[in-house]
Amino acid sequence: MVKVTFIHPDGRQEQHEGSDGQSVMRVATSNLVDGIIGECGGDLSCATCHVFVDEVSWRTLPPKTPEEDDMLAVTAVEPTEFSRLCCQIKCSESLDGIVVHIPKAQR
Amino acid sequence: MSSEDIVIIGAGQAGGELAAALRSLGYDGRLTLVGNEASYPYARPPLSKAYLLGKCSAEELLIRAPAMYDQQNINVRMNTAARSIDRKAKTVTLSNGEVLSYSKLVIATGGRPRQLPVRELSGAANVFYVRTRADIDRMRPYFAPGARLAIIGGGFIGLEVASVARQLGLDVTLLESQQRLLARATCPLVSEFFRRIHHEEGVDVRLQTSVQSYLVGQSGNVETLVSDGGEHIRVDIVLVGIGLVPNSELAEAAGLEVENGIVVDECLRTSDPAIYAIGDVARFPDAGNGALRRIESVPNATEQARTVAETLLGRPRPYISLPWFWSDQYDVKLQIVGLSDEHDQVVLRGDLTNGRKFAIYYLRNGVVSAADIVGSPQDFAVARKLVAAAAVVDPVILADTRITPRDLSRMVAAVA
Ligand SMILES: Cc1cc2nc3c(=O)[nH]c(=O)nc-3n(C[C@H](O)[C@H](O)[C@H](O)COP(=O)(O)OP(=O)(O)OC[C@H]3O[C@@H](n4cnc5c(N)ncnc54)[C@H](O)[C@@H]3O)c2cc1C
Ligand code: FES
Repeated sequence: MVKVTFIHPDGRQEQHEGSDGQSVMRVATSNLVDGIIGECGGDLSCATCHVFVDEVSWRTLPPKTPEEDDMLAVTAVEPTEFSRLCCQIKCSESLDGIVVHIPKAQR
Repeated sequence: MSSEDIVIIGAGQAGGELAAALRSLGYDGRLTLVGNEASYPYARPPLSKAYLLGKCSAEELLIRAPAMYDQQNINVRMNTAARSIDRKAKTVTLSNGEVLSYSKLVIATGGRPRQLPVRELSGAANVFYVRTRADIDRMRPYFAPGARLAIIGGGFIGLEVASVARQLGLDVTLLESQQRLLARATCPLVSEFFRRIHHEEGVDVRLQTSVQSYLVGQSGNVETLVSDGGEHIRVDIVLVGIGLVPNSELAEAAGLEVENGIVVDECLRTSDPAIYAIGDVARFPDAGNGALRRIESVPNATEQARTVAETLLGRPRPYISLPWFWSDQYDVKLQIVGLSDEHDQVVLRGDLTNGRKFAIYYLRNGVVSAADIVGSPQDFAVARKLVAAAAVVDPVILADTRITPRDLSRMVAAVA
């Protein structure tokens, strides 16, 4: 099990566990985490699973694909250098303890 | 604990989303989700994309982890169909004989593939329709390299399956009776683009071609299609993708108003105030012109679910939403925003005849009302803003690719 911490725009935090291979987007929707929608189900078509990855966690992440990078243009809140679409972040041991910040809006 | 008792019929994209949304919003009464499939709610879009291609597992299709339903105290009845609704007694009778009471009932039964009305096809094991995971699981073993696949219908499902089949090395012939592909979904320019792409990828696309007869072999399988031009096409697999029939029989039998779907008001309520309908099965009034429409898409299903959740909890909310849709074929991503059915002008941004990247804007009285974007999420981001704002943009500027999507977006923001 991989621990994922979600931090809401108001500072509220919640921690949930994801299974190996499960995307952070699914961890969020499976635990009714507010503010992550995942409308296209992880197909890189909607950008409603936008998160800002915590700086420390950022270094543990595999790089994003060009397709994900392109889709970051579609996010509702302006992306930063730490933006990711969390349907593309798959839980694995090396990510244990990852912290992500939820943006103010997804649409 | 409230005395409310909400029953949802159909554990698909809309039903599953509604159950989760109700709990998210703090509903703590009884909540039952009845579904006739053998699965917790799963995403259908990957069925004709990554799942058929073998790049996504059954587990990855699940919209939420199964444990969520227990944790949230959502009663899920799988493999169970709702058989009838008694509106007076406010009960639903299930296929296992159980009778559920409800204070509010939501019908989210989706639809089923339209069948070809051909007797020879009913017993043939190599003829497929695509709606459920089980449909794909049955079909997948036939998808061997070199197998000859005939696809009947050039809509999204037919085209997506063609794309996967080519990537898996099948021989694909696609027959469309209309003059163009995607005739119901887009304009002739985009139709022609997709014809070119499929042709480039090796699909034998036959427009204005219907099947006159199906020749069945000793095995009972369809072996040959005879086209209306008299041509014989040998096949190993037939895939039929000719549209959807809404599952509205249950509602109709209960005396609810049904006409190409279950008719609902702007709050998604049927002609019975205790019963609502959402998703592919619901025919609702357009927020703009009041015309009834039924939309078959995930964003529509999930947004209707979230809207009706509020209404069920006593905060009536009309359904107003910017429609959007997507399709993946080969390396091409199509993203659609808005409804293009009433446009009077089409503006092309980019090159349709070469490459795989362009945008088509639909204007009505000068207002941007919809767009089809291929291969450019940046343009999709802008198009969404333009359509949402009902922006009036000079077509010359829209068409000018020297203006970047970002600049276009800024120019519009400045005007708005
Ligand atoms: C292959 C495929 C690809 C698609 N691709 C896309 C795409 O790329 N983008 C997009 O936006 N949309 C896509 N769609 C459409 C999208 O999946 C649907 O719009 C969406 O699933 C509608 O949700 P729904 O809940 O209304 O219906 P469904 O998801 O179909 O759910 C209805 C459920 O109710 C069940 N049911 C029916 N009758 C009963 C009964 N009497 N009792 C109990 N259960 C019952 C059904 O078996 C089903 O499980 C695709 C659809 C398919 C089939
Ligand atoms: S869920 Fe749609 S892009 Fe991530």
